[in-house]
Amino acid sequence: MKRILENIESQFEMFQILNEKGEVVNEDAMPDLSDEDLKEIMRRMVYTRILDQRSIALNRQGRLGFYAPTAGQEASQLGSHFALEKEDFILPGYRDVPQLIWHGLPLYQAFLFSRGHFHGNQMPEGVNAVSPQIIIGAQITQAAGVGLGYKKRGQEAVAITYTGDGGASQGDFYEGINFAGAFGAQTIFVVQNNQFAISVPVEQQSAARTIAQKAVAAGIEGIQVDGMDVLAVYAATKEARERAISGDGPTLIETMTYRYGPHTMAGDDPTRYRTEETDNEWEAKDPIVRFRTFLENKGLWSEEEENEVIDKAKEEVKAAIKKADEQPKQKVTDLMDIMYEELPAFLKEQREEYQEKESK
Amino acid sequence: MAQMTMIQAITDAMRTELKNDENVLVYGEDVGLNGGVFRATEGLQKEFGEDRVFDTPLAESGIGGMSIGLALTGFRPVPEIQFFGFVYETMDAINGQMARYRYRSGGTRPMPITVRSPFGGGVHTPELHADSLEGLMTQQPGLKVVIPSNPYDAKGLLIQSIRDNDPVIFLEHMKLYRSFREEVPEEEYTIELGKAEVKREGKDVTLVAYGAMVHTALKASEELEKDGIEAEVIDLRTVAPIDYETIIESVQKTNRAVVLQEAQKQAGVAAQIVSEIQEKAILHLEAPVLRVTAPDTVYPFSQAEQVWLPNHNDIVEKVNRVMNF
Repeated sequence: MKRILENIESQFEMFQILNEKGEVVNEDAMPDLSDEDLKEIMRRMVYTRILDQRSIALNRQGRLGFYAPTAGQEASQLGSHFALEKEDFILPGYRDVPQLIWHGLPLYQAFLFSRGHFHGNQMPEGVNAVSPQIIIGAQITQAAGVGLGYKKRGQEAVAITYTGDGGASQGDFYEGINFAGAFGAQTIFVVQNNQFAISVPVEQQSAARTIAQKAVAAGIEGIQVDGMDVLAVYAATKEARERAISGDGPTLIETMTYRYGPHTMAGDDPTRYRTEETDNEWEAKDPIVRFRTFLENKGLWSEEEENEVIDKAKEEVKAAIKKADEQPKQKVTDLMDIMYEELPAFLKEQREEYQEKESK
Repeated sequence: MAQMTMIQAITDAMRTELKNDENVLVYGEDVGLNGGVFRATEGLQKEFGEDRVFDTPLAESGIGGMSIGLALTGFRPVPEIQFFGFVYETMDAINGQMARYRYRSGGTRPMPITVRSPFGGGVHTPELHADSLEGLMTQQPGLKVVIPSNPYDAKGLLIQSIRDNDPVIFLEHMKLYRSFREEVPEEEYTIELGKAEVKREGKDVTLVAYGAMVHTALKASEELEKDGIEAEVIDLRTVAPIDYETIIESVQKTNRAVVLQEAQKQAGVAAQIVSEIQEKAILHLEAPVLRVTAPDTVYPFSQAEQVWLPNHNDIVEKVNRVMNF
């Protein structure tokens, strides 16, 4: 008998364009990006790394609330986002605030989301996205629906959703990719495999050697990508987008990455489940270091340019925090007003009680 | 005017809205070609095409989540959960997600979704087909829950539910699907959600009911009339939000009330109504407000369901207790 599983698994090799030294190892797959595009990708990654550092510091000072660190995942998050267009719809997980910011969510609103203020969840007009999902996997079936909606409307746009390696264990993950396949939804499913679901290593999530191969069971395309290589992530997402809008169905992309920080800033201690060796091994693959070398070798990047981005990020974070501080305090009555299109009688009664309570 | 069963009225409501609004989509397991296991969507795929009326893979959570995605792209989905006992499979999509979306998006992402589903006892179904699970849904802020008791209401309420910009759980009692016909206008009309109807006027006791129990209440009222007790019967039609105004007004007149539900006793719609009556009308009451419900077990295997389900004798007995308090 043929060993089907082995045959399938062996075909899911990790797709890479830039190796850890910043050398192009897959010239044929090199995406068609202008020098300015390449520099913009670098700016976004550096900016996001600084934003992460500042967010962690602000959280420690008690000036931010819920925060899931992003350092290490910049190539996965921003490389995939760079392949999108404004009309594409993002359904993020809770670590995917950077994609929302680059899709148009003002920074001060991202901070309000962290602080638990509902204005942080109000996407500005024209920003095609919803706020980060907290229930792992719930966004995946929804993304199948958005991608189907776009198909029904004949729109040249895709839905993209993000989850982690743990998310790929949820029932909704399988239902989502299966529905999308069955309906030919214009959807891209990105699993950022950062090796740990809080503390549980990916080896304990599944007997499957890759998450990408799960696409096979749903009858859709799947690819495993070096998630520390921004060009590979970009190229894979770009191709998935073209496939989706040309009617060739959804794609599952697994990006192999690592979060340097804790799961969230709410007391997770990664030293309980990760070794320093593993940390070092992954930091040697750093997406920014690698891409910087690549750009420097092309004469496209300098220390001054990097410092400019760092200064800009710091200034904008400062201004955004100030703006977040200036927002009116959130009230229970505000929340009552947005529960339904029209306030039902029973809630009207309760609203009066709270209005009185809040006026004191 | 045409004579229609409740299932025909439901089909007619969907046909009306599929015609009125190209954003309306009707789908679910066996909903397309087969027209639904109860034929609720009979002929709709043929009339409106596979793009608007279609079958889905067999996965309720997927149906729920996909509905949210379709609503995010401006559609007005009318998914079917084949039997409401299967709702547990999609509780996160409905209660955790759909119900909260308007709120979680700061009021920017409405969910104009109508989840239709058959439920209700007395028709010898296997496990998890007949359960009255409306109480689980009424506890969830953000959802409206509608339960019609007759063909006329079913059409008007379903059209209104589909037009509503908030998620509506529309529950159809299986026993009522084909139990009787009545006159239903062929043209479109709507019935406001959250408005009860007084089905029978009476001065002695108020019976509050919904779904199939409305008919049980009416049957009990006939019995009671023989003993000179005039019961007022209220059909809630919507169990979230509940029309407390109509209930309180009636109780202020009759001074006695018995609240009925096919669901188990604990923490249900009836318990909520009893609380509200004592909060708003305690000085009008001549007797404690009693409930007629099923006992607090899981829904029984079908051989025991006729005893398990509350019947008109149970109502008569409880009414006699409040009359003689």
